[in-house]
Amino acid sequence: MRFSILVNGTRRTVDEDADTPLLWVLRDDLRLVGTKYGCGIGVCGACTVHLGGVPVRSCVIPVSAVGAAPVVTIEGIGESEWGRKVKQAWLDLDVMQCGYCQAGQVMTATALLASHPHPTDQDIDQAMQGNICRCCTYTRIRAAIKQAAGLPTVDTREERS
Amino acid sequence: MNAEPTAPESDPTASRGPRLTRRAFLATGLAAGGGLLLTLRFVERAAADEATIAAYIKIAPDGIVTITAKNPEIGQGMKTTLPMLIADELDVEWRNVRVEQAMLDPVYGAQFAGGSLGTPLNWIPMQRVGAAARQMLIGAAARRWRVPRAECTAKAGVVRHASSGRTLTYGELASAAAALPAPDLDSVTLKTPDEYTIIGKFTGGVDSARVLDGDPLFGIDVTLPQLSYALYAKSPVFGARLVRANIEQIKALPGVRDAFILRAREPDAAVKMGLVDGVAILADKWWDAQKALKMLRAEWSPASAPDQNTQAFEREAARLAGSAPQAVIRRDGNVEAALARAAKVVQASYAYPFLAHATLEPQNCTARVKPDGGLEIWAPTQNPGPGAKLVARTLGIDAARISVHMTRVGGGFGRRLSNDYMVEAAAIAQRAGRPVKLLWTRPQDMQHDAYRPGGFHYFKAGLDAAGKPMAFRDHFVTFGQNGQVADSADLPSEHFPAGYVANLEYGRSLIQLDAPTGPMRNPGGNALAFAFESFLDELAHAGGLDPLKLRLALYGPPRVLSSAATRFGMKIPPFDTGRARGVLQLVADRSGWAQRQQLPAGTGLGLAFYYSHFGYVAEVVKASVDREGVPQVHKIWAAIDIGRQIINPAGAYNQAQGAILDGLGQALHPAITLQDGQVVQSNFDTYALLRMHEAPAVEVHFLRSDNDPTGLGEPALPPVLPALCNALFAATGRRIRALPIDPRALRRAGA
Repeated sequence: MRFSILVNGTRRTVDEDADTPLLWVLRDDLRLVGTKYGCGIGVCGACTVHLGGVPVRSCVIPVSAVGAAPVVTIEGIGESEWGRKVKQAWLDLDVMQCGYCQAGQVMTATALLASHPHPTDQDIDQAMQGNICRCCTYTRIRAAIKQAAGLPTVDTREERS
Repeated sequence: MNAEPTAPESDPTASRGPRLTRRAFLATGLAAGGGLLLTLRFVERAAADEATIAAYIKIAPDGIVTITAKNPEIGQGMKTTLPMLIADELDVEWRNVRVEQAMLDPVYGAQFAGGSLGTPLNWIPMQRVGAAARQMLIGAAARRWRVPRAECTAKAGVVRHASSGRTLTYGELASAAAALPAPDLDSVTLKTPDEYTIIGKFTGGVDSARVLDGDPLFGIDVTLPQLSYALYAKSPVFGARLVRANIEQIKALPGVRDAFILRAREPDAAVKMGLVDGVAILADKWWDAQKALKMLRAEWSPASAPDQNTQAFEREAARLAGSAPQAVIRRDGNVEAALARAAKVVQASYAYPFLAHATLEPQNCTARVKPDGGLEIWAPTQNPGPGAKLVARTLGIDAARISVHMTRVGGGFGRRLSNDYMVEAAAIAQRAGRPVKLLWTRPQDMQHDAYRPGGFHYFKAGLDAAGKPMAFRDHFVTFGQNGQVADSADLPSEHFPAGYVANLEYGRSLIQLDAPTGPMRNPGGNALAFAFESFLDELAHAGGLDPLKLRLALYGPPRVLSSAATRFGMKIPPFDTGRARGVLQLVADRSGWAQRQQLPAGTGLGLAFYYSHFGYVAEVVKASVDREGVPQVHKIWAAIDIGRQIINPAGAYNQAQGAILDGLGQALHPAITLQDGQVVQSNFDTYALLRMHEAPAVEVHFLRSDNDPTGLGEPALPPVLPALCNALFAATGRRIRALPIDPRALRRAGA
């Protein structure tokens, strides 16, 4: 079947089975490989993209469900103000180790900041817990989100006893 | 101890690396398009024919310097760190440096990411490369100006003649420098630390911006013309043979280009992580191959391994513990006699599960047959040399005709010291006669790993009247294959407290295991630290001693225990009890250890220390439990001594924090279990990893001792597991003796 989807502001047409996940349309049809395959069941977050401005797991979204909602991937997120700030904070704080999860982390973090421009540590915990970082760069991810928001990067949860 | 990657198929020592003891020479040439091409040639003092080129520098006329990173990048930061060493001694500005990933090539010597060895093996050789190049550039300038070299200095890519004020850039000098004889690397003078301009500076990863732009850097991102996507279906029971499969039905499915059976060609291929029996499915799109995989009906023999069950292993361990160990690892003094006269005897058993590496990038590899019948391979591997040899041996191809591109690697943790995915991709490409990208599904990845072996420790110790251990016994029940200890499943005879308790016995018994095991980040240590450092905490409490003071008493006064051992051609640094004491005291100071009794009821501090990969690491965890018994980790402190110089603080703190949180996750969540020979877990829903909300603040302190810098990928991981369990004991009075932590064991102690 042919599907017309809007990806990073450009209309793209693909010939795919209706059940093909958006992830594989992006990676193998459109060669947008920044979005990663991690689990295939929507629990690791490596494949996170924005669909209609909302972070979703593209590995479990059939291409037929995309419809008219705009898709934004890591390749396009830098076009938005929050996306640009988040990417810059990620570089300034040298967040990544292997880097494989980081596209998904950036996509989720950008959506968080778009809805919560001054996130608390609890906001960050809640928004980011769907994204696994196997290298466990969580300390830097937390700090980078705050830096992108213009907040002090100190961890306010430290002495909660 | 237990630092090196030990997988038989993946031993990096199989390829010769640059040796610190080698005499090194420089060879030079003109780079294409002009400029200096500098190659470092290491030559064995005794065997000049074993020359290897370890690194090279290209200086373009515009002053842009391209430095080759010889080792794989798995997130440990070596693609940034090693070029930093060269660039600092070369004395160029980092912004003018470009980094290129090397291919697998004998000229570079050993190319691997393992054993936290990138730094100790390359710290001096990489600096010498840069220093020698700087010396040649100065020589070229002196010759041009007809002045003594001693009157010229180099800084930030420019050579200056002080008295005349004349300057020439490296770009202007590169071609002339390339014509000069290269200095003997042993004779080059290295900078003193106060002269460093790049070493010690916070330097971001060289690939990071491209990763965030979505550029194709990882193995999974490789594309080629006429590429087919492949899946390879293997038996869920390790080592089973394929009897039959519905190949013709699979071939008829939409999008499927081909399907065929491949056979194991070596005995024990399953435990050696080689090519095993399987069905290859090729499609134009990976999703089509994945759908076809679900339609595959394959019959395996045996279809089940009834003795390969986690619960059966536990029963067998308990049975073995009732008898004398099958083998003695170490015996000092007389444990039995010492126990008989001990003021107090403490006994406890500890257990930990098998673990999967679970790299977030599933195993994958791309391969194509070259016109000459050789193979070109793109592999996210930690260990490309043994991978190429495995392919060569399995497929009967001359290793010299196999080219290996090292892609960026989406997580290593030791998984990619094995190269099973490489030989699979190569065999499929060879059989199909077309370029193939093999990409495993997550369930395949989780169910076909070289697992961190589980294990059981049966401890018994005797304390003297002062509470100090006078006898120590461990009957270690571990896993083996046909009477041989499984990979990464042994207990080193020198493991602490051996050598520090007069009467000590380490014994070993084996349970037969059919599944493959292999090194996982800090092999041995990631499990042994939990058992030994938790039991040591038990001994401290039983003897009424402060766990910190017990450790300081055991290590005794500061002294260097001499070592004549070498590994990878490098002299092993001796163990220094003063460095152990140093990090223990530092972490105690920073964590408020002395004031721990003032913490609110239900909150506790736990301490542990572990020496591994030449690194000395002490950690303190502050924890409580919630009403459900779930551990709540408030904060973690770490004190780390890896020598006098942190090469890249950006990477170093990140590695330390990441390793600590990695270990925390291992304590809290995952376990691989076997049922009738099959791995039960298949994805992150049943094999949980640490997530953001569980990651506490981690405060890392580096203690700068006057020793050459050593690696940091692994040593910070082990102490957090026992430190957490010791903190939970302090908080609740309940001792965790099995991992992962079961909240039910802590529940009623909830605050």
